[in-house]
Amino acid sequence: MIEFKNVSKTFSLGKREVHAVKDVSLSVEKGEIFGIIGFSGAGKSTLLRLVNMLERPSSGSVFIQDIDVNTLSPKDLRTQRRNIGMIFQNFNLLNSRTVAGNIAYPLKLTSISKQEVNRRVKELLEFVGLSDKAKDYPDQLSGGQKQRVGIARALATSPDILLCDEATSALDPDTTADILRLLKKVNRDFGITILLITHEMHVIQTICDKVAVMENGEVIESGDVFDTFTNPQHSVTQRFIRSVQQDLPSTHILKEWRAGGGGKLYRVIFKGAVANDPVLSMITRKHNVDFNIVYGSVRELQEKLFGNLLVSFIGEPIAIQNALTELGTIVAVEEVVENEC
Amino acid sequence: MNVDWITFWPRIVEATGETLIMVIATLIFGSIIGVSIGLLLFVTRKNNILENKFVFRLLNIIINIIRPIPFIIFLVSISQLTRIVVGTTIGTAAAIFPMTIVASFVVARVVENNLVSIDPGVIEAAQAMGASPLRIIFTVLIPEALGPLILGLTFVSVSLIDFSAVAGTVGGGGLGHVAMTYGYQRFDGSVMLVTVVILIIMVQLAQWIGNTLSRKIMRR
Ligand SMILES: Nc1ncnc2c1ncn2[C@@H]1O[C@H](COP(=O)(O)OP(=O)(O)O)[C@@H](O)[C@H]1O
Ligand SMILES: [Mg+2]
Repeated sequence: MIEFKNVSKTFSLGKREVHAVKDVSLSVEKGEIFGIIGFSGAGKSTLLRLVNMLERPSSGSVFIQDIDVNTLSPKDLRTQRRNIGMIFQNFNLLNSRTVAGNIAYPLKLTSISKQEVNRRVKELLEFVGLSDKAKDYPDQLSGGQKQRVGIARALATSPDILLCDEATSALDPDTTADILRLLKKVNRDFGITILLITHEMHVIQTICDKVAVMENGEVIESGDVFDTFTNPQHSVTQRFIRSVQQDLPSTHILKEWRAGGGGKLYRVIFKGAVANDPVLSMITRKHNVDFNIVYGSVRELQEKLFGNLLVSFIGEPIAIQNALTELGTIVAVEEVVENEC
Repeated sequence: MNVDWITFWPRIVEATGETLIMVIATLIFGSIIGVSIGLLLFVTRKNNILENKFVFRLLNIIINIIRPIPFIIFLVSISQLTRIVVGTTIGTAAAIFPMTIVASFVVARVVENNLVSIDPGVIEAAQAMGASPLRIIFTVLIPEALGPLILGLTFVSVSLIDFSAVAGTVGGGGLGHVAMTYGYQRFDGSVMLVTVVILIIMVQLAQWIGNTLSRKIMRR
């Protein structure tokens, strides 16, 4: 659906050059929710804006359904843009127009009739749950309501693609959850491909299928969200994951544990179906070893279970060793070393 | 020496009419030209929808040359051009020409300043929706800046009342001319007082109309 091929973007600020995007190649498939995460200044917005040519690439190409968007004439680009909705962190609504007026705006750029515009606006207002706010002005709305208007406006021309630039970053956690649910619904109901950027791992975890991690203009890691979460390669990715799931207790607790004579700690990671089986209990019983779950969680990620537990084993050293070996054939086990905290 | 008020009142009414015509005509022509130049200045800025370094610089230089010239000097210095365009250098029409030029550039700056305060994100959103530059000018830039724009035009029209009085003193007609010939040259305090009161009322009226309109548009 969207393909970045060796795309770079360099801004010149007088004599200084800023390499905002460096040789990025990514491909976003039809119907998926693809998230790009990175710290502020990583180049996410620039990358997103390359999709609808709000920014032109310095080198490389961006393809949408196999069309190189940079080669389109101004007129064809405007037509293409109607196929790409966009929502923004600051909503960017027209303050001089009502909610209905904002949603009608992109429709008025097309040749459809007035009745058709009204019908579509009504339908969209219903979809985002703002039918009673049609005549209000943006400054009378809450942040969440403004973003709903932004979403309705972006969907007005029934695009195939929706670009979201930090769409929830200005919202409180409850409202963020509402908007993310709405985006998921947009994706499911209309099959719209969503490319979103964020600095919050929570957003990726909640709605994305695929993720790419950006740092200093480069994509340093990308793949399936479940795989990336359960097996992050890059330290930046690990930092993002820690922001949503603490995989170690505080140093204070660990110190207390060790001072109290607690034994070695092992991290046991369950992925997917194995989390349904009583693996830990079966294996330890077989080897006559006790186990103690010191810390951890089992959570759902993309409708799959993911467990990350800190476990200590009590019993004969040789029996523990055997139990660990057998456990290691089914799930990932690693010893938690001192300096990890 | 006192004027005969019975015959003088019609003269005052006529002069008030002349002043109003000067101000309103200048406001109309000056707004049309000034808003166009202001929009052009804005859209040709760096990174804007019709970025054009040459046009932007050229307009800036012209404005920066003409704006600082005191109006009375400008008025006199372009009198040859006024004669060519209007056919005379005396009377209301002859005053409207230089006033329109000056007003256009003042309005252009006012417009540009108001447009700069529009959130660039909103312009970008319109671009992302596939709006053409011309479309953005008429459906985003003008409506979004209209409220403050009207306040700016109000400010300009108040200075135009001032300009019209200046033009009046050098043959432009209107209340300035009356104040000059009867009030100043013939030392008639009562004429002076009447013209001053009428000018004050005009300014207040302009301000009131401007404030009301902009409040309506900004819904505050
Ligand atoms: N129009 C621009 N001109 C100059 N530098 C820019 C421009 N847009 C972005 N940058 C720079 O490019 C880098 C990446 O910016 P951005 O894509 O906005 O990052 P992010 O969205 O990840 O915070 C930053 O260093 C930023 O200052
Ligand atoms: Mg950004």
